[in-house]
Amino acid sequence: MEAFLHQVLSGLATGGIYAIVALALVMIYQATHLVNFAQGEMAMFSTYLAWTMIDAGLPYWGAFAGTVALSFALGIAIERIVIRPVGNAPVLAVVIVFIGLLVILNSVAGWIYTYTIKSFPSPFPGGSVLGGYLSRHELGVMGVTLGVLLLLFLFFRFTPLGLAMRAAAQNPVSSRLVGIRVGWMLALGWGLAAAIGAVAGMMVAPIVFLDPNMMAGILLYGFAGALLGGIDNPAGAVAGGLAVGVLENLSGAYLVGTELKLTVALVLIVGVLVVRPSGLFGRVLVNRV
Amino acid sequence: MTAPSARQWKVAGLALLLLFACALPFLVSSYRTFQLTSALSYAIALLGLNILTGWNGQISLGHGAFYAIGAYVAAILMDRWDVPYWATIPAAGLVCLGAGFLFGLPALRLEGLYLALATFALALATPQLLKSKHLEQWTGGVQGIVIMKPDPPFGLPLDQDQWLYFFALAVALAMFWLARNLLAGRIGRALVAIREHPTAAEAMGIDIAFYKSATFGVSAMFTGIAGALGAIVIQFVAPDSFTLFLSITLLVGIVVGGLASLSGAVWGALFIQFIPNVADQISKAAPWAIYGLFLIACMYLMPTGVAGLVRATAARLARSPRRP
Amino acid sequence: MRILHLAAPLALGLALAAAPAAAQKKYSPGASDSEIKVGNINPYSGPASAYGAIGKAIGAYFAKINDEGGINGRKITYITLDDGYSPPKAVEQTRRLVEQDQVLLVFQSLGTPSNTAIQKYLNGRKVPQLFVATGATKWGDPKGHPWTMGWQPNYQTEARIYARYLLENKPDAKVALLYQNDDYGKDYLKGFKDGLGAKASMIVAEASYEVTDPTIDSQMVTLKASGADTFFNITTPKFAAQAIRKAHDIDWKPLHFLNNVSNSVGSVLTPAGLDKAVGLVSSYYLKDPTDPQWADDPGYKDWLAWMKKYNPDGNLTDTFNVFGYSAAQTLVQVLKQCGDDLTRENVMKQAASLKGLSQPMLLPGVKINTGPDDFYPIEQMQLMRFNGKTWELFGTPIGG
Repeated sequence: MEAFLHQVLSGLATGGIYAIVALALVMIYQATHLVNFAQGEMAMFSTYLAWTMIDAGLPYWGAFAGTVALSFALGIAIERIVIRPVGNAPVLAVVIVFIGLLVILNSVAGWIYTYTIKSFPSPFPGGSVLGGYLSRHELGVMGVTLGVLLLLFLFFRFTPLGLAMRAAAQNPVSSRLVGIRVGWMLALGWGLAAAIGAVAGMMVAPIVFLDPNMMAGILLYGFAGALLGGIDNPAGAVAGGLAVGVLENLSGAYLVGTELKLTVALVLIVGVLVVRPSGLFGRVLVNRV
Repeated sequence: MTAPSARQWKVAGLALLLLFACALPFLVSSYRTFQLTSALSYAIALLGLNILTGWNGQISLGHGAFYAIGAYVAAILMDRWDVPYWATIPAAGLVCLGAGFLFGLPALRLEGLYLALATFALALATPQLLKSKHLEQWTGGVQGIVIMKPDPPFGLPLDQDQWLYFFALAVALAMFWLARNLLAGRIGRALVAIREHPTAAEAMGIDIAFYKSATFGVSAMFTGIAGALGAIVIQFVAPDSFTLFLSITLLVGIVVGGLASLSGAVWGALFIQFIPNVADQISKAAPWAIYGLFLIACMYLMPTGVAGLVRATAARLARSPRRP
Repeated sequence: MRILHLAAPLALGLALAAAPAAAQKKYSPGASDSEIKVGNINPYSGPASAYGAIGKAIGAYFAKINDEGGINGRKITYITLDDGYSPPKAVEQTRRLVEQDQVLLVFQSLGTPSNTAIQKYLNGRKVPQLFVATGATKWGDPKGHPWTMGWQPNYQTEARIYARYLLENKPDAKVALLYQNDDYGKDYLKGFKDGLGAKASMIVAEASYEVTDPTIDSQMVTLKASGADTFFNITTPKFAAQAIRKAHDIDWKPLHFLNNVSNSVGSVLTPAGLDKAVGLVSSYYLKDPTDPQWADDPGYKDWLAWMKKYNPDGNLTDTFNVFGYSAAQTLVQVLKQCGDDLTRENVMKQAASLKGLSQPMLLPGVKINTGPDDFYPIEQMQLMRFNGKTWELFGTPIGG
């Protein structure tokens, strides 16, 4: 029983990582209706920026704020410079551009920072809580995830800018007619996603260590989590991320052993999606002729 | 004598191309011949993925899995039952047709991103399954299987690489012919109708469920045959040969080559076969960065792929006033 | 006419005098009076790019040799290609090296899957596949694959050393294992079980992970719950650092064996936390460049000077730079021994006649020995324990 509890809690802890990455994916999806495969590498790169600042002697929170701001700007720049020119291209062409971005960021990070793992500081005190089952950092990650979620909710629900962004994503033509600058709303969406990604990276790095391939595995799980919860629903994505973490741990520990745990977790997720094709908490879209 | 029609031009062009393809292995080194053979196998795989994604609009991030199944079917048959290499090709095709159809059934309910996730899961799970101890006695587990390279039959005056090239060329021609006949008629139109507007297609009496899973099966069959061919060319299969990256590479191939285009599969195959080598030659420090730049540049210059660009250029030339 | 009569015997005599010297010079493709072409494949792209450091270090060492006049007056031309750790790509690149670039030999090709894929081709073509960069056990098979030779101690040897240590010092241990689910992990697993022999029941728990797993926390929790008091950590650097830290965090204090793939002080133990690594047991054959005990060692100083001059972008804490440096030194020794007979046959013959060779960055006492029936160059390792600052060697260099 104790081991079971431990597996669940440790699953929640890793799930917290997936959740925050899933949140960043949802952010871009809401703004552009695309899943950004380069999201993970963008987060990794932001984390290296933070590492560089800390290495240069900046205090943690200074580096944190600096990285979030810089990532926001870089996200906008990527949208304007890299994505905008293929704005009218077929969806899959844009996906290929994402893949191009992914391999470039990964390769350049390895080139600049080498592939040796680096330790990354946590803003939370060391030690563990709940009888040693969760480290304070892991608890902190969950807190940060929920905090970001709350901020996003408030932003989209109660600010005019948030409203404009939602309108631009849902109906670009009408939005343009009422004077919303749709292009900039897209860029803003990219900026926000990059900023959330930066937070995600800085939360993940203390757990998995910083290296250019840090986000590869996590993005897979984040993607699964986001879809499981419903990619158009931030809260659903967070729940999905947490669920994936727990599911994976339990299937590894009790169902099939570690060799096939990912396979089983994926089969379960796909099974759920077959029953609920828009995710657990997603909206069902109805097509009209 | 009347001027040749467009169709006659096309036939003549294709004949010339075929002649060129047959002459190639005698013009280039056996290393290049080997590369071209492997490009031919990619071309068949891309054709399969293109039928599913380009014509039918179902995105698959997991076609590497079918490539792997095809490769393993060929390797296991040759290694354990001494089946001749040429017989493994149809076997791999049949197994993948079945596997694809079965996978297509539950995937029917999934669309767009959700289908992408399901296929993605398939790509991730495949290497794990190949390694698993339950299948180890057939798959060779993490060590993989080494297979023999076929000799040319009937005492043909060819070396092994040349023979394999012609073998692959014959398989590729058969597959392209098959694909063309499938797609040119009623079936092709039904696939496109489902892609463009499923509800309307259904209203017109197209059995969407059947067409979608059948397309999945046929697409997997093409890719599986390519996998078997690839295994014979490389003489080795291992779980590390069929990672998620292979599936992504195949997707890159069809988009760069051109969606819903037969010739696009060939362009895409040449791209994924040769461009990584070019990137490696340019920079050892960050070859992927160069590769990524190539990808982005391709999408800027040809958002509809090489085939799209060729088509657009041809159309522009045709529109321009003919000189006397 | 007369002059011609005189000149002819003279010319003949000169030709005869020159003939023995010319006859001594024998070349296979890739070697000539002025150069020796050495091929290599390494993952410079993709998830295994970290290993690319080895390929670059080898090139940097050859640059130094060339600056010093080359080998018997011949410069090394080093051609290294990217295979992205994909076996099909490895086959393609190897064929390019052999058929297009015409290398004399393929050196330090990296990775078990890639080397398995190209082994048959290279042996069929009688091209040396020399000192492959993988620790799998199958590379020392002179009968079946006379053109393939390993270099580093193989994984099974290392695992057997730990097993023997355990049988001697802790015969009632309960062992938990964590391994990477691939050929590398399974080779260690096999060696360890073979080493325990009849006492393999000492293993009470096994868990594997995939390289795509973000963390191994769940596995560590499972292993601790098994009640094991000994832990054999068969992981690559990132996961090793995670495991060391997680064991500390969940307050599990087993006797902890760490495979030498990941025993770098600078790139594994420091990120994991040196205090959490106290008491780890590992074994090694190279000098760890981040270990302070070698700070004044002449071999280390030479290495450092070479790094600064020839490999300035390389990471000084990365053991791969020691690995590539040392492997390249072994090849240079082989090529020196070849003299003017640079045929592929002679390269293999000389590679199989290294006797008691010690190298500056090998641990003192570790010697390279090969023979016609011994295709395992390095077979000795020394056990060591981490004291919080540095690895303390104990015992003498031992073989498996």
